[in-house]
Formats: sequence, structure tokens, C-alpha cells
Amino acid sequence: MLKIEGLCAEVEGKPILKGIDLELPAGEIHAIMGPNGAGKSTLSYLLAGREGYEVTGGSVTFHGQDLLAMEPEERAAAGLFLAFQYPVELPGVGNANFLRTALNAIRRSKGEAELDAMQFLKLARTRMKALSMPEDMLKRGVNVGFSGGEKKRNEVLQMALLNPSLAILDETDSGLDIDALRIVADGVNAMRGPGFSSLVITHYQRLLDYIVPDRVHVLMDGRIVQSGGPELAKQLEATGYTAVQAA
Amino acid sequence: MPAVTETIDAVQSVTQGTYKYGFETEIDMEFAPKGLNEDIVRFISAKKEEPAWLLEWRLKAFALWKTMEEPRWPAVSYPPIDYQDAYYYAAPKQTVKPKSLDEVDPELLRTYEKLGIPLKEQAILAGVEGAGETPAEGGRMPVAVDAVFDSVSVATSYKERLAKEGIIFCSISEAVREHAELVRQYLGSVVPQGDNFFAALNSAVFTDGSFVYIPKGVKCPMELSTYFRINAKSTGQFERTLIIADEGASVSYLEGCTAPMRDENQLHAAVVELVALDDASIKYSTVQNWYPGDENGKGGIYNFVTKRGACRGRRSKISWTQVETGSSITWKYPSCILQGDDSVGEFYSVAITNNRQQADTGTKMFHIGRNTRSTIVSKGISAGFGQNTYRGLVKISPKASGARNFTQCDSLLIGDQCGAHTVPYIENRCMTAKVEHEATTSRIAEDQLFYCRQRGLSEEDAVGLIVNGFCREVLKELPMEFAVEAQKLLQISLEGSVG
Repeated sequence: MLKIEGLCAEVEGKPILKGIDLELPAGEIHAIMGPNGAGKSTLSYLLAGREGYEVTGGSVTFHGQDLLAMEPEERAAAGLFLAFQYPVELPGVGNANFLRTALNAIRRSKGEAELDAMQFLKLARTRMKALSMPEDMLKRGVNVGFSGGEKKRNEVLQMALLNPSLAILDETDSGLDIDALRIVADGVNAMRGPGFSSLVITHYQRLLDYIVPDRVHVLMDGRIVQSGGPELAKQLEATGYTAVQAA
Repeated sequence: MPAVTETIDAVQSVTQGTYKYGFETEIDMEFAPKGLNEDIVRFISAKKEEPAWLLEWRLKAFALWKTMEEPRWPAVSYPPIDYQDAYYYAAPKQTVKPKSLDEVDPELLRTYEKLGIPLKEQAILAGVEGAGETPAEGGRMPVAVDAVFDSVSVATSYKERLAKEGIIFCSISEAVREHAELVRQYLGSVVPQGDNFFAALNSAVFTDGSFVYIPKGVKCPMELSTYFRINAKSTGQFERTLIIADEGASVSYLEGCTAPMRDENQLHAAVVELVALDDASIKYSTVQNWYPGDENGKGGIYNFVTKRGACRGRRSKISWTQVETGSSITWKYPSCILQGDDSVGEFYSVAITNNRQQADTGTKMFHIGRNTRSTIVSKGISAGFGQNTYRGLVKISPKASGARNFTQCDSLLIGDQCGAHTVPYIENRCMTAKVEHEATTSRIAEDQLFYCRQRGLSEEDAVGLIVNGFCREVLKELPMEFAVEAQKLLQISLEGSVG
């Protein structure tokens, strides 16, 4: 489904990713853990197609396509979703309007019929209920005046609506209290199935108590230095990243 | 302050004087020769079979114009205009009209298509020969349109309905003939002939425009619109519009059209005057999308407009809403003279400059009566090499106790070659008045664009969405049918501004 081979990348001439190899099969959830500055966010932005990252080597294939050759919106249409660490505010743009525009853009590219306002509202309400989101969040500007937890729940709502085949969660747990964390995790777990894969990027093991990954990879200094089962996350929590580095 | 001077007395004193009719041009001539002089002014007046007082009024305007100079203070630059090298009445028809839509610039047609304009209207807008001779079917009802050039069109039935209410909605020429007293009473009473260079020019040579009178206590049952006036073979270069809302009356007036129009006239100098008496309200909405010139700034309309409303009565209200996306140069300051106590003035504006467009636009709010209130919300968007200036004046006279103004000017920059400028003037001579001004300048942030694109939106759709969000406070003031078109228009105007 997603295959990263020897991926190297620079930001402003500074090497950040130094040869990443990772294979994410369909239906699996992999966690990427690592200390600050390891390259976690660079990896997620690069996969989503943000400007400012120069690929200096390696390749990424997504459903057999050359991911790095695609525009961000093409990647989205192909089923890639990035839940942002810092969701962006769009003043004056109604959340409902934004969600429907995004959903219809994705549906269009899949050759599916667009949803009208009523159909969309019905769908959005069902999904929001599951995420314990008050309905007035549809009326407000995109992420404008949202609390940290609301922003993250809004990301998960978008994910639920857009129904991607690959969701990259970039430190979605940061700034969440335990209740919000559980709601977000429930949102992800509800999507689990043979057609859904996820890369859960996190600094802490905490989130992985709720979203139990199939594999855990440790990213340090631009390389994956260790991989293992879910127990690896627990081990890291106990020993810290320095122990891995020393090993 | 000449703006509030009622000039009627002055006009009358002129018309009562002796006047020698030395004018002998044959009036069956189709058009006046190039250039501007007294004879041309007389020709226009004679062609329109105007009464003597109006001819005198025009001649006075012309005399004033000759003594005036083009304003140099706006932050716009353009080559000198040769006023003697233009036609002021019915320029000879261009012989090269497109015969069918196949001959029209495909770029223009693509824009029409995006705006969802029916084929028949597309042909009219593009100036296709013979188009518009049958009435266009509009899907925009109920909007009454000034059907000056299209007397048997859809508007007829609405005219009857309006007439039942005693509402007058016709061309200014017809009003001069049929409602001379009203025209004479109010014409030039808000924008006197000598108000400014372009208003003087307009007063001397205006050939058409709209006239609206809403009688006492009548709420106009529908939006009045100039939309179908595009049926005219060539559009008015010097439009003159006069709207009067008598005591307790209210009206919403829509001007313009979202489709870019083909027009051979480069210079446009319109004048709009609004008069609101006690408890009356006038809402005036404009969508201006004249040809902006190409991406190198070639061609395009020079739009020098004087729009002003007088809140003469107590508790009267005048509200201007404008979406300015077209023209290569825009010079326009829709203003309110808040004379009546407790009167309210509003100005909501979106101005876009892309490529080489330049806009110097804003408003003036003159607070004269007590407890007068004004709100200014201006959204300027600059892209490409566009230059966008908000220029506004809030003037509070010593008698305007309790006056309040709130001004918000936001600028949005797209790219790094464009400019946004804010020039707010505040003159407060009243201790109890309250004036607030807020201004922001921002860019469409890279992270906003990326966020939208990650959700599947194309870059252009993302810009459109963000810009529409930025303009939301203004767009929500537009009547429904205009708002939807205006949203699409904003996006189209910014095409090619990113990436």
C-alpha cells in the first residue's frame, strides 16, 4: 500500500531524512516514535506533499503510484489524509462549507456523485455525534476559536468524512486531555479494517494505549533505528530514547 | 463643504437668465463628432429633447469642468487622457461586431460559462450582432429591471406592479420628460455639477442612467436592477443615476453585472445620487466587473465614479455595498452625508486588483446630525502586480453630538509584487463623538493553502475559498442572487494569481 525506500530529504540544505525504509501493508496501523527533531513531522509533510522539502534520494509508492510526483490534492484524492499537528485556521470560511467542499472534491476525483447540502449535513451530524462534537462547530469558521482538543476532533471528523485509505496522524495526541485522547482514538479505531492503514506519529507512548499499532518504528536522526511489535512502545516509555541510541 | 450645498437655487438663477440658442447642428445626425465643446453639450441636450433648464444645467457643468483639473492625488497612474479624442454621444457603431459566439474570445466565453450565464445572455454580453433583440430570459426574478432599451421585455409586468405602488423606475431621460419636477428638484442636489472633475464632465454630457422614486411609506416590493440594461447596444459611458426614497420609504437597488463586458469606451465617469428623507432607507449594491485589461495592463476600463447619498431625513439610512473586481483603474468613494439626526450610513466594500489593475477606493462619511452612526468595512485584495488603496474620510462636525463611526480595513496580499495601502482620514470636531478604526494586512499563508490542498482542493479553489472567507462580512450584505455570483466572480478574478 505504502512503500518508502531509501528516502532522503533536506530542508533549506540541511539533511533531515537520511534513508528511510518503511512498508505499510493495507489494513495495518504503524506507529512512528522518536524524539524531537528526529524528522517525524518532515516525514509526514513530505508524504502529504508540502513545499519546502527537497527529496535528495529514494522513492515512495502509494497504491503503486509514484507519490512524490503527485500534487498535494492528487495525493488527497488518491486516499492520503494528514491529520495536522497544528490544524490551520481559515477565518470566515464556515466549517460545514469547508468540509463539504473537501468531501465533494474527493468524491469528484473518485467519480462519485457530489453531496448536496442536505445530504452532507445528515452525514456530518452522524459522524459528529460519534466524536461528541457540538453541532455548532459546523457553523463556526474552520478551526477559528477552537480549543486544542476541538481542533484535533475536527481533524478526526474530516478523516471520518473523507474516508482515506491512509491516514497520517502527526502528533494528534499533543495537547489533548485524556477524554479527548480517547475520543480521537475511538475515531481512528472505528475506521480500522482491511481498507484502512495509518501511520501514527507520536512522541509519547500514551496514545498507543488507545490505538494499538501492529508495528512500532523508532525514528532517530533521520533513520529508522529499530522496529518491533506494540511492546516496543512500552519499552521505550520505560527506557527512553537515549537507551535506543546507545544500543 | 460643497457636498451638502443644495444647488437648486443656483440652477434656477441660471435658467431664468437669457440664453441665446445658437445651435444649428442637424439633429437627425446619428452621432456627434469627436471632441467636447459647448456645441456637443447642446447637441446631446437637443437629441434628448431636454427642457431649457437642463441644457443650462449641463452648460454650467461644462463651464465648471473647463476650469477644473483632473485629480492627481489618487494612488493610480495612467497615461494622460485626451478628452477631445472621444465621442460623447452615440459613437459610430463599430463595424466589426462578432457575428456569432464562435467569433468571440474563447477566454471570455470560458468566464461566462463559469459564471453559469445562459447562452443567450452570453451573446448579448459579448456584443454579438443581433443578440438581445428578443428579450433575454433571466432566471433572476423577481428583480425588476430598468428596461429602457428593451421596452417590451420581461420588465413590463413588474413595471405595472411598481406603478401600482406609485414607484417610478425608468431611465433618467424618461424621467426628465415625465417627472420633470422631481428631477429638477433633486438632480445635482447631492453631487453638484462642480463637485469634482469627473462629476462635472458627467453632468455636462451624461446620456443615460436610471431614475427611481419611492413614494412616502412605500417599501419597494422587489429588488430594482439595471442588470438587463446590457441589452443596450453599447453601454453608457456617462451614466447618471438618481434615487429618491421619500419619507418612510425603502428600496434595494442592484447595479451592474458579474459578467465581464465588452466595451469600446475606455473612460467611464458615472454619477450616482441618493436621497433618503425621514425614516427612509436605500440599499445600493454594486458588482463592477468591467474589462480589467490583459495581464500586461493593456486595455481595460478607467472607472472614475462619484457616488454619494444624502441622509436628509431623521432616522434615514443609506447603505453602499460594492464588489469591485473589474476595470484597470478604479476611482470611487461612495459616500454618505448624514444630515438627519439618528441617520445611519454604511459602506461595505470588496476590491480586487490582479495583474496590473489599480484601485483607489473607499468612502466618506460626513456626520452632521446628532447621534449619526456609520460603519465602514473594507476588504482589499491585491494579487499579481495589482495596487489597492483604501482611502476614506470620517468627518464629524461640531454639532454631531453622540456621533459614532466604526471602520475596519483589511488587506489581503497574494504574491509579493502587489501592494496594499490604507489612507484613513479622521476629522473629529465633536467632543462626544466616538470613532474607531481597525486595520489589518495579511497574506494567504502557505500553510492555509497546503491545508486546503491536503483536503483535496485545487490551489485555485483553495484561494477562492480563503478569499471568500476573507470577504464574508461584505458578501453577506449583498442580496442573495448577487452574493452567489459575486463569490464565483472573486475566484475567477484571481485566476492565475498563485502558482
